[in-house]
Formats: sequence, structure tokens, C-alpha cells
Amino acid sequence: MFSADLLANAVVAGILLGGFYAAVAIGLAIVFGQLDIVNIAHPAFIIVGAYIAYILNSRFGFDPVLVGLLAAPAFFFVGALIYRVYFLAFERTGQESLSGLAFFFGVMFIIEVVLILIYGVDYRLVQAGYIGQTWRIGFVDFPLRMLVPFAVSAALTAAIYAYMSHTFMGRAIQAVAQDRLALQLMGADPVRIKQWAFGLGIATAAIAGSLLIIIGPVEPSVGRLYIGRAFAIVVLGGMGSIKGMFIAALILGIVESMVATFAGPSWSPAVAFGVLALTLALRPAGLFGRQ
Amino acid sequence: MKSAAFWGALAAIFAAGLALTGAVANEYYYNALYLILQAALMAIAWNILGGFTGYVNFGSAGFFAIGAYTTVALNKALGLPLPLLILAGGAVGGLVGLGLGYLTLRLKGVYFAIATLAMAIVIETLVINWSYVGGAKGTYILTPEKHLWFDSYIQMLFVVMLLLTLAAVAISRMLSSSRIGRGLAAIRDDEVAAECAGVPTLRLKLVSTTVMGAMMGVAGAPFPFFVTFVDPSSAFNLFIAVNAIAMPMIGGTAHWLGPVIGALLVGTTQEIVKVTVSSEMNVLIVGVMLVVFITLAPQGIVGLARKHLRRRKP
Repeated sequence: MFSADLLANAVVAGILLGGFYAAVAIGLAIVFGQLDIVNIAHPAFIIVGAYIAYILNSRFGFDPVLVGLLAAPAFFFVGALIYRVYFLAFERTGQESLSGLAFFFGVMFIIEVVLILIYGVDYRLVQAGYIGQTWRIGFVDFPLRMLVPFAVSAALTAAIYAYMSHTFMGRAIQAVAQDRLALQLMGADPVRIKQWAFGLGIATAAIAGSLLIIIGPVEPSVGRLYIGRAFAIVVLGGMGSIKGMFIAALILGIVESMVATFAGPSWSPAVAFGVLALTLALRPAGLFGRQ
Repeated sequence: MKSAAFWGALAAIFAAGLALTGAVANEYYYNALYLILQAALMAIAWNILGGFTGYVNFGSAGFFAIGAYTTVALNKALGLPLPLLILAGGAVGGLVGLGLGYLTLRLKGVYFAIATLAMAIVIETLVINWSYVGGAKGTYILTPEKHLWFDSYIQMLFVVMLLLTLAAVAISRMLSSSRIGRGLAAIRDDEVAAECAGVPTLRLKLVSTTVMGAMMGVAGAPFPFFVTFVDPSSAFNLFIAVNAIAMPMIGGTAHWLGPVIGALLVGTTQEIVKVTVSSEMNVLIVGVMLVVFITLAPQGIVGLARKHLRRRKP
């Protein structure tokens, strides 16, 4: 049962999977990690992204990754709009904790049901030349349907990391997370910055969705499995740290892949919760967190 | 509400339910009423932790499924009668609720809410991998032949659920108007201040999560006999969790009457929509109502009514 090539393949599959998880979690790392907005509807937006990739791919044969990039600006505006509603209804009145949570829970549910109403519960998938091909180095497999999402996700993470640390807006977003009042004293409008950041977070969901549907078939309710994963990654990585988020995503991917290989794939959804519970119990600040 | 009037109202509702089983034979009504009552029981349970104590539980479906699968397992192993199965479902749900209560020691606010959501997924994973109760495929449950003096089994289930829901209303009212209820409200408003003022926060939170878990387990226990086929996707349905949150939020979370009003309003709307439009639409409606209400009327219907009353007599 236990053998070196099985182990090596499990580790490589885990790294590739974890790289993809980074794309799932990065939007949340911005929205939850920096802005403290508990957007549990984030995976639902990822599913919407996956369906857009599916529609444009099956109608016009567009490449899913290209669709993800094209859809990102539209997602940005939707995100900014949702933040407006969230701000006016909850943040301004100081009710974001309970009502805000329930609000995003409702949004998630509406997205899922609307998708089921339109497309049913059938699994959908995309066609592209590289899906189904596998590179083989030694005895280790690199399936391209995992490698492409890994590469795109790593590029996305690098781009967001550079954006957050080198541009004015990115630094302003980090400033909102650190000290809102000080930012206001500097003459910047925290609400506008948060709106921009929230839009950015949702925009990444378009790309993550297109990667999700490259990896495997998608149906509306799979988003729920990613809630635990995404939050586990952000908390383990440490609130507000993009670098920590990427490392945490790789860790979760490897652990899940090991569990799937050696205990059976039906156990892997429980891994994220274990990671989340352990992190919160042992090191609530995460690996690289702001306190 | 005066105590005598309250108990009188409960007795009157129960008598009306009994009278209904003598007068109406159409099984559809009992099906619909059972679903509304089940949702009401879940909503009342959710509100004890969510509304009174201020801890959001997204994993209600997990507790419900614990009750349902306790019934499946014990029915298969021992063939216990329904009242014992309901007690067992409540006991297991209460135990898991107690465990959840200890989580509140380290997890506050959003972390707690996410942990409950993840907990439901873990329990679902366990059940999917537990072949004795059917695993991912699900399992059939035979409806017992006996149904007391009622015309059909569903009539009896309806009366059982009515009794359980009325009991939950009474417990919820007692909790909210007692010392415990005031302690829970103190935790909701400011946990640190409550602790400093000498409120035994941990003990009260444990009471709150245990009662909530037990009630949800009780709500799920008769479910296998109601549907006769249980699989993880029906027992862990997100719809159950959404209803359990939406109904108290729509009715108003601060008052024990809130979840009851919310459940009656939303549940009835759902049943009407299910018959007149489609069964998918009735699922959508609760999501939309939830978002609209918490955006526009965060205090729910009870809050709106209170505001109205206050304006009328200055």
C-alpha cells in the first residue's frame, strides 16, 4: 500500500491542489484578512465565475482562463456594489457582526438557488486542449488540468502581493486594516478604499472560478465545501498576510491530498476543519498574522 | 403576556391541532403543517443561542441530522419506539451542543460562526463514511404499523411535532424571562462586561448551546419516519440551516415570540409558493426574505411592531 512513488505523487498533487486553493482564498485574504468583512458568500461567487467560464466555453469555445480574466472587471463592479449595500445597511449602524454574517449567508444561498433554478444540479465542465494531458517526470505525474490552475493561481497571488505592497491603493488597503482613524486623518476616505478592496476580492473569484472548473466538473452546491477551506487557509496563514495565505494554501493542499490518498477521498472535506480548529486552538494569529 | 393567558393559548393550540386530526383527512395538510412546525422548532432552538446569547450558528443542519441519524441508528439496532428515539435524538444533540459550548471559550464572533459551519461539514463527512446508517447512498426507514388512535401515521407525527414545538415555545419563554435569560442577554451585549459583573458566562453559554443542540436533535429525530428515506443530502440540507437563521431574523431575535412569528410567516409562504409556483421557488424565497429583512428591518417583525406601538402612545 505505502510506497515512495505513491507518496511523491500525493505530495506533488497536494502542492498543485494547494496552489489552486490560494486562488480560492486570496479574495478572502483581502476581504476578511484586511477588511474584517466575513464574506462567507465568497465561494458562491467563485461558482458563478465557474459557470460563466462554462457558458462562454461551451457556446464560443473560449479558453476558461481567458474568460476568468475578462469577467474579473464585471465581478469588481458587483463586489463594489455589494460593499455599498453592506456598508449602508450594517457597517454604518455597527451591526456587522450578526446581521452582516446572516446577510452574506443569504447572498450565498440566493446565488446557489438561482444557479440551480437556471442550470439544475447537473455537473458542468469545460473543454480545452490541455485538459486531459499529463506531463510525466520520472514516476511523478503532472496533470495539466492541475498544473495550469497552479500556475495561474501563483501568478495571481504574485500580482496581488505586488499590488498590495507597491501601489498607493494597495498600501491604502493595508492602512485601512491597521488604523482606520489615522487614514481618515491623512485625508483618505476609508469607505472608498474598502469598496475598492472588496471589489478586488470579488474580482479574484472570477479567476478562481475558471480554475475550479478546469480542475473538475462543477455543480452549484460544491461552493459550500470551499467555505471551510478558504477560511482555514486565511486563518492559518494569518490575517492580512498574502505570503502566509499562499503557504497555508500549500499546507492544506498537501494534507488533503495525503488524506485522500491514504484514507480515501470522502474524508478530505473534514481536513479543513481540523486545520482551522487546530490553528484557532494553538495559534490564533496564524503563521504570519497581524495581531 | 400573562402566564395564565400563555399556558391557555398553548393548550388551546394543542386542542385545535387534535380537533383538526378528527375533522380533516387530507394528508397534504399534515405534511405541510409538519414541515412548518419542524422549521419553527429549529428556529426557536437557533434563537436560544443566536438571538438570546448572540452566537451565530450556521451548522443547524448538522444538529438536525444528528437527531435524524440517531433515530436511524437506534431504530436499526434496537427498534425503539418513537418517544424514546426523540429523547435519544435530544440527548445526542444536547451532548454535541455541550461540546460546541466549550468551543466558545476560544472562538468568538465570526470564528465561532465559521466553526459551526465547518462542524456541520465534518459531521456530514462522518455520516457519509458510516455505512451502518446507509453512508452516502442513504437508507430506507419503515413506517411503523401502529399510530395510536389517529387515522394515519402522518397525523400522529403532526401531533407529536405540535407538542414538541409548543414545549419548545414554553422553554424558550421561560429561559428568556428568567435570570438565565438576563444573563444570556448580558453576554450578547458585552461578554467581557458580563463576566466582570459576575455573570457566570461559561455556564450560561453551555446551557444555551446544550438546549439549542437538544432541541435541534429533537426536531430531527422524527424526520426519518416523515420522509421514510434519509440520505446525507436531505438530512444536512442547507435549506434547513437557512430556515433556522432566516425565521428568527425575520421575526425578530430579541423576543421569544420572534422565531415563532417568523416561522409561521415564512413557513406558510413557502408552502403556498410550493403549491402555486414551484418547489424551487419556495427555497429561493426564504433567501430573498432573509436578505431584505436584515437589510431594511434588522429588528425583525417584533422590532417593527414595538416601534409602531411606541409611536402610538408617546
